[in-house]
Amino acid sequence: MRVEIVDGVIPAAEIVAGLKAGADGAVCVFDGIVRDNTRGRKTLHLDYEAYREMALEQMRSLANEAVVKFGVRDVALVHRLGRLVVGETSVLVVVASAHRGAAFEACRWLIDTLKRTVPIWKKEQFVDGAIWADGEPFPEGMGAAQASGTVRQSADGEPFPDEIVPGGRA
Amino acid sequence: MRVLYFGILKDIVGRRFSDMDLPEGLSVAELVERHEREKEGSAKVWSSIAVAVNQQYAKPEDVLHDGDEVALLPPVSGGLR
Repeated sequence: MRVEIVDGVIPAAEIVAGLKAGADGAVCVFDGIVRDNTRGRKTLHLDYEAYREMALEQMRSLANEAVVKFGVRDVALVHRLGRLVVGETSVLVVVASAHRGAAFEACRWLIDTLKRTVPIWKKEQFVDGAIWADGEPFPEGMGAAQASGTVRQSADGEPFPDEIVPGGRA
Repeated sequence: MRVLYFGILKDIVGRRFSDMDLPEGLSVAELVERHEREKEGSAKVWSSIAVAVNQQYAKPEDVLHDGDEVALLPPVSGGLR
């Protein structure tokens, strides 16, 4: 199992070669690369950031779960942080398995689940401005505010201390 | 208690973390409500977040304790679209 968060180039070919073993009949690779536009808006670069320790732990859990859930032999899951330019790999998913069906399924499940649950965010820098990319909604049961309508109000609703309000209070 | 902000929340709040004194027994949902009341940003932003307590996803009803590391997480956008 190779699960990493890196700050430099992801050595995709090396990772794929390193995962193969004699018992495998299939290796399925998802190589996520930076596209040159979002909905037609020209992309200069992407900046990825993470809640690093938690993200790594979540990725380890996903890799373990994939092995159990799909019966594949081994998994590599690597995500890169920092500034990436068009064409560079931001995330690599590799699944090795005796048969191709399980490899395809596990690979698809891993990237889809990673994108919804692993705490990594990207800011897209365009020629004419920058935005945080919209994430997909958190899966059921993971969001924090889902039950907020039914939760009792806190006692006095004290205001935040001045120090945590941007620029102080008016 | 230290509260960490990520992604767009870091920009809205204007810092990466706050050290806060919170009342005993405050729940995750109540912490989010406080931010929604006191901070900039649309209600939509705050209602879409998740909260991690000590690096595990927390439920709205979970109670916060002194010394917890709490993180407010906007919908994630790793990988590729």
